[in-house]
Amino acid sequence: MKRALSPLVSLLVAITLLAGGVSAVAQTALPVIKIASVTPLSGSQAAMGETIKDGIELALNERVEEFKALGFDLQFAPQDDQADPKVGVSIAQRLIEDKDILAIVGHWNSGVAIPSSEVYNQGNLAMVSPANTAVAVTDRALPVVNRICARDDAQGPAGADYLFSLGLTSVFILQDKTAYGQGVADEFQKRYIALGGQVLGYEGITAGEADYSAVEEMIRASGAQAVYFGGIYPEGALLIKQLKEKGIEVTFLGPDGMDSAELVNIAGEAVVGTYYTSTAADVSGTEKGAAFAAAFKARFGHNPEGYAAYGYDALNVTLDAIKRAIDANGGALPTREQVVTAVRATSGYEGLATNVTFNEIGDNTEATVYVLGFSEAAYPPAVIKAIPVAEYLKK
Amino acid sequence: MNQLQVLVKIIPQLLSDGLALGFVYAIVALGYTMVYGILEFINFAHSELFMFGAFVGTEVLLLLKSAGILADMSPTVALLLSMLVAMIFSGALGVTVDRVAYRPVRSAPKLVPFISAIGVSFILQDLVRMVEEAKNGKFYLNAPTLFTNRITLAPNMVVPEKTLYIVGLCLLMMVALTLFVSKNKWGKAMRAVAQDRETARLMGINVDKVIALTFLIGAALGGAAGTLFSVQYGSISPYSGFVLGMKAFTAAVFGGIGKIPGAMLGGILLGLIEVFGASFLGALTGGVFGSEYKDVLAFAILILILIFKPSGLLGKPVGEKV
Repeated sequence: MKRALSPLVSLLVAITLLAGGVSAVAQTALPVIKIASVTPLSGSQAAMGETIKDGIELALNERVEEFKALGFDLQFAPQDDQADPKVGVSIAQRLIEDKDILAIVGHWNSGVAIPSSEVYNQGNLAMVSPANTAVAVTDRALPVVNRICARDDAQGPAGADYLFSLGLTSVFILQDKTAYGQGVADEFQKRYIALGGQVLGYEGITAGEADYSAVEEMIRASGAQAVYFGGIYPEGALLIKQLKEKGIEVTFLGPDGMDSAELVNIAGEAVVGTYYTSTAADVSGTEKGAAFAAAFKARFGHNPEGYAAYGYDALNVTLDAIKRAIDANGGALPTREQVVTAVRATSGYEGLATNVTFNEIGDNTEATVYVLGFSEAAYPPAVIKAIPVAEYLKK
Repeated sequence: MNQLQVLVKIIPQLLSDGLALGFVYAIVALGYTMVYGILEFINFAHSELFMFGAFVGTEVLLLLKSAGILADMSPTVALLLSMLVAMIFSGALGVTVDRVAYRPVRSAPKLVPFISAIGVSFILQDLVRMVEEAKNGKFYLNAPTLFTNRITLAPNMVVPEKTLYIVGLCLLMMVALTLFVSKNKWGKAMRAVAQDRETARLMGINVDKVIALTFLIGAALGGAAGTLFSVQYGSISPYSGFVLGMKAFTAAVFGGIGKIPGAMLGGILLGLIEVFGASFLGALTGGVFGSEYKDVLAFAILILILIFKPSGLLGKPVGEKV
């Protein structure tokens, strides 16, 4: 179904671009500022990319008039990276050639953002990411790269803090031997030991297998109060289910790899009482969030999902920075270099999903990791706690 | 209490887990070994017949669930019913695969049917993926929970009820197969064809029928094992068969390929080695190798045994066939 939509989506994109072009011709008097969004709009991850793009578009449209008053024609240029690094890089090449583009908001996949941002860096094009959590995104310390979401390595420590706050002082750690799973598990372990917790076991499992009985028995024998699993939902769900079937009573916590409706489908009732951490949370509960959701629904006809609010915030962070650059430039169109500097200088932005202050490598010191817990076998679970990440940032 | 003492406490528990896994391996290994015994050919698509059975069995359970019958019926009946349907479908598919992909190349050099089997394996994987994706929008399936009870067999041995069913049903299938092969007329014909196909033909045995029967039984067992696997572990994908098939094939070689009791023994031993290896590896190596190296350990043991006994545990050094 998603694939069938893709020609339609690209047609829409083409029309949008064309319309943009036409209006540019009609208003040649004003200098153009174009902001590009780069997310997957076709392929299997199109749903996530689409909702982020919509969030960005909503924010941009709210500020067109404001920029017109400043003497600029603000335009939107949505791009489709197809969740593919090759496509992402070729789009990046095209974007740095288009002199009207002053900044980009994207991507969805860290694997696409990393190579693409190398290209943006060559073109001095500022990038504000709503959703890329991989540590390498900002750890390369590229001046153009910024993100408003939390880093993957904040999830482990946040998980450790949470388990400890529940009074659970002994844990058994499992990980799936992937860079992601082992990464969060190791960060979790460091923090948990530093807090004074007891790590009673640390084992790797093979993703794609179905029989985890051996490690489950080790968990039983260790007498650990909790299990931390660094990994993704297919294995996590099986572990939850099998532990329950074996009658091993432990508190189960994992990172955002567990964030999927499939977790509930696979684990069933066993999911009740388990937790996972996530770098994104549903904002519709807040007053601002409800207004955003209503405006979103009115414009696009469906509810915002996942990172849509982060797309909204990322775009506003970008436009605020451009506005400051315009002011600093005496009201004239700023250069890309000035925009890059202005974005990085963002401090104290108060947003919908998150507040934003960038540190020297572009990480958001005000980002939050959320703990979500299942009180019933239904997805999504409720946010139980928001843990600020500032303390976990190493740089 | 040190780590080893803790582990000693869970030995009974590991025994039951290892047996459940081992019996599934054993039943799948039977399919490899029976076909090899008769045709001296490794049916690499057998892992896909297992996977196909797992999907058919699980779909039956899901169908019962969505019809609202599953909750009211006895889980034993539901399990047997889904297993039976899976056996019929897998068996039929096994015979079809033989007729379409293997029989036309039966007299060709040995590598040709082997390549044909690899092809069938890919086709079946993606066919199931395609159908499931069109039907459910995703290509993996989650089995509904059938048995929720746990039974205490010994102080340190609490076993989920379904594990007992799985071990019991596998044992039953093994006994039935052994009786069939040793007592039944068709079983005797199978043994005759395995010993010498040409002479068996001269003796008036319909060799093609016997081969088809072998595929039917092997594939049906694979399908049954697939359903049990799905119920035991809860989740299956079109690629679930691959790793399991590799291990079952290894078990067949381990026990002595072509030998029916060998496949059973090999499967059970491999399951036990894997589960015990996963638990004890860390303690025995002082934490250098964790449970993630269980497959390395299992295969290292296998290679060692095969170095000293190349024909497998129950294989005869000289005899080529059953």
